[in-house]
Amino acid sequence: MATTVKNRPDAVPRPAAGARRGRRPKGDAQSSRRLAAVLLSPTLLVLALVVGYPVIAGFRESLYSRGQQLDADGFVVEGERFVGLDNYTAVFSGDRGDAFWNAFYNTTFFTVTTVALETVIGVVMALIMHQAFRGRAFVRASILVPWAIPTAISGLLWRWIFQHDGVANAVLRQQVLWTADGLESKIAVIIAEVWKTSPFIGLLVLAGLQMIPREVYEAARVDGAGPLQRFWRITLPLVKPTLLVAVLFRMLDALRMFDLPAVLIGVNKDSVETLTMLSWFEANNVRYGSAAAYATILFVYIAVIAYLFVRLLGADIIGQAKQTGKQRQTRKKAKA
Amino acid sequence: MRRTPLVSVLAGLALALTACGGDGDGDTTTAGSGGGELTGRGPITLVSGKDRSGNMQKMVDGWNAAHPNETVRIIELPDEPNDQRQQMIQNATTRSDAYTVLNLDVVWTAEFAANRWLAELPKNQLDTAKLLPATVTTGEYRGRLYAMPLTSDSGLLFYRTDLLKKAGVSEPPKTWAEMWDACDKVKKLPEGKGVDCYLTEVGKTEGLTVTAAEAINSTGGNIVDASGKPAVNTPQAKEGVDFLVNAIKDGRMPKAALTLDGEGGRRHFQAGKLLFHRQWPYQYGLANTDDGSSKVVGKFAVAPIPGPNGPGAANLGGHNYAISAFAKNKATALDFIKYMADEKQQKANSLATSQAPTVAALYDDPEMIKKYPYLPTLKAAIQNAKSRPVVVRYGDVTAAIQGSVYDALGGKTPTGQAMTDLQNKLTELTTP
Repeated sequence: MATTVKNRPDAVPRPAAGARRGRRPKGDAQSSRRLAAVLLSPTLLVLALVVGYPVIAGFRESLYSRGQQLDADGFVVEGERFVGLDNYTAVFSGDRGDAFWNAFYNTTFFTVTTVALETVIGVVMALIMHQAFRGRAFVRASILVPWAIPTAISGLLWRWIFQHDGVANAVLRQQVLWTADGLESKIAVIIAEVWKTSPFIGLLVLAGLQMIPREVYEAARVDGAGPLQRFWRITLPLVKPTLLVAVLFRMLDALRMFDLPAVLIGVNKDSVETLTMLSWFEANNVRYGSAAAYATILFVYIAVIAYLFVRLLGADIIGQAKQTGKQRQTRKKAKA
Repeated sequence: MRRTPLVSVLAGLALALTACGGDGDGDTTTAGSGGGELTGRGPITLVSGKDRSGNMQKMVDGWNAAHPNETVRIIELPDEPNDQRQQMIQNATTRSDAYTVLNLDVVWTAEFAANRWLAELPKNQLDTAKLLPATVTTGEYRGRLYAMPLTSDSGLLFYRTDLLKKAGVSEPPKTWAEMWDACDKVKKLPEGKGVDCYLTEVGKTEGLTVTAAEAINSTGGNIVDASGKPAVNTPQAKEGVDFLVNAIKDGRMPKAALTLDGEGGRRHFQAGKLLFHRQWPYQYGLANTDDGSSKVVGKFAVAPIPGPNGPGAANLGGHNYAISAFAKNKATALDFIKYMADEKQQKANSLATSQAPTVAALYDDPEMIKKYPYLPTLKAAIQNAKSRPVVVRYGDVTAAIQGSVYDALGGKTPTGQAMTDLQNKLTELTTP
């Protein structure tokens, strides 16, 4: 889907605009640029208000501390104190440092395992949904059901499944304490998360599959390519841009996982504690500065991961900008 | 075009700085912490969790009919206690006068009082002498009264009368050893197959803090002593926690208890799979409901929880009414609290909601005992009960207790080590 949207506007109006640009006087171009700025400003203003302001306000909060000291009568000393980076250094030191690295590990572990599993299962789902067979609409709809269930609700459903006398133990004929604090609870979270979000990747990949023209497969078949070869050589490369975007979205989502482990296993449990849960705990105990510090660290971590992902794997999240850049380059080359 | 986002970011930054600068330097004179006069009359609000029975509205209607110029409006908060606390804190940090009378959980008093979010209540104007003394301590912080106890609660030992009778045990156990003896006798019966011996809340929730406090207080120990210093590295504290650890290790308490909350425990008891159950009194009515949900209707009774050498020290629950420091019409609020805490209102409330009263005399009231036969037992339990640690940073303290005790129960760390760790953590958390 992404490919068509991307190509069409580029292919048609670009040369026309380029041609016109040559004829127009300079002032005209400037005024059209100003018009664009005016037209875009409401969007930018809203973005600044709902994205920029909270990010900056959150960062500012993380430099302050309040209400952490008691006076002789047992009252909290009032007022905000500027503490510089103290909230950040506290995150990495002592007991809280251990808790941080544990949560950091959990967050990363959940992200890597769930996204890897979801990608494999999601692609398989997409391939199945893509086949023409009877009852295809029904299969598509049923695969999407988990994605349609709110996370907190699916957390509750899985908690029933994983409770000590629940379905999971009945099927396994074992007494596993899934929701106690241990490796079992990690596995429970991974299962529930993969169950819920594989359809998301499946859906996006299906959209990518539908964009691959039939002729390519026919040509490959004529050339004698087997089904596996067709998958590795044609399907996967052609669906890659969509797949990468889907994986990137899932990664960003998984890195701020909160509701599923919180509902399914519970808060304050080391084995499933994620970075967002640490931040939540601090905010809950009226240490907003420290909570903001955790949130900022998570924000930076997510930004770094997203950047590396885009850089290393070339996920085409800002495909259009890149393509225009390339076009300009080729045009320059042509001129030279 | 590129300049535009920069400008808006700068504008946003300026906004951020001005907006946040405002609440930092608020004047401190308005906070009524010094026991100032409660003045002002007019309409007020009562902020509370869900009024499930509708009885709170009924009592408020009664007040409103008599005081048309000082009406009370109920503001209902979410069901989850932690969400209630969050909203009340938000109201306090913005110094809003929207909330007047706050319905506080007993463990929040210290935090709210220390932050000057509550107005001190005049002890000479409130009749606390007729209340059970233990409940009054839950409304106090450093010797001053900040909240009036309205309802109370305490743990009881639910036990299966039919099984004990068959096994030839005539009395409910008073000590832990007696309890284990009774279990062994019941285990030998054919009916005792598949019945777990004992259960108390040890899932990693607030229930675990209650359990740990009960075990430690029962041995004569304290989590935080009278001077406010943590005391969990004592032999008594270790003995208390070891009782729980061994109960799980020896199979007296099912290992699944580590994943059960209060309601999970109730299901277990109502399914007839439990001999002794430490539980809050609300289970009494529910387990006696004759609609097929309970298999133990008429087959159980309650007793005070056992301890090492005699009855144990149960933990206090319940709710207290306090006045927000930032509210208007505090005089009306005080009168309203007096009205709600009155014996007559408490009795009506108890009969309608099954919440236990704080007025001592009501525990001997025949009409009350007829409806709630466990009241005399509960009175004894509350008289002997202890409160959870009275600390300002209660949220951190309870999380630390849960963490260490849970690790000990799960066999992750030996009890001694867990208690030393906990002592260090609590020392850090209670040092001003």
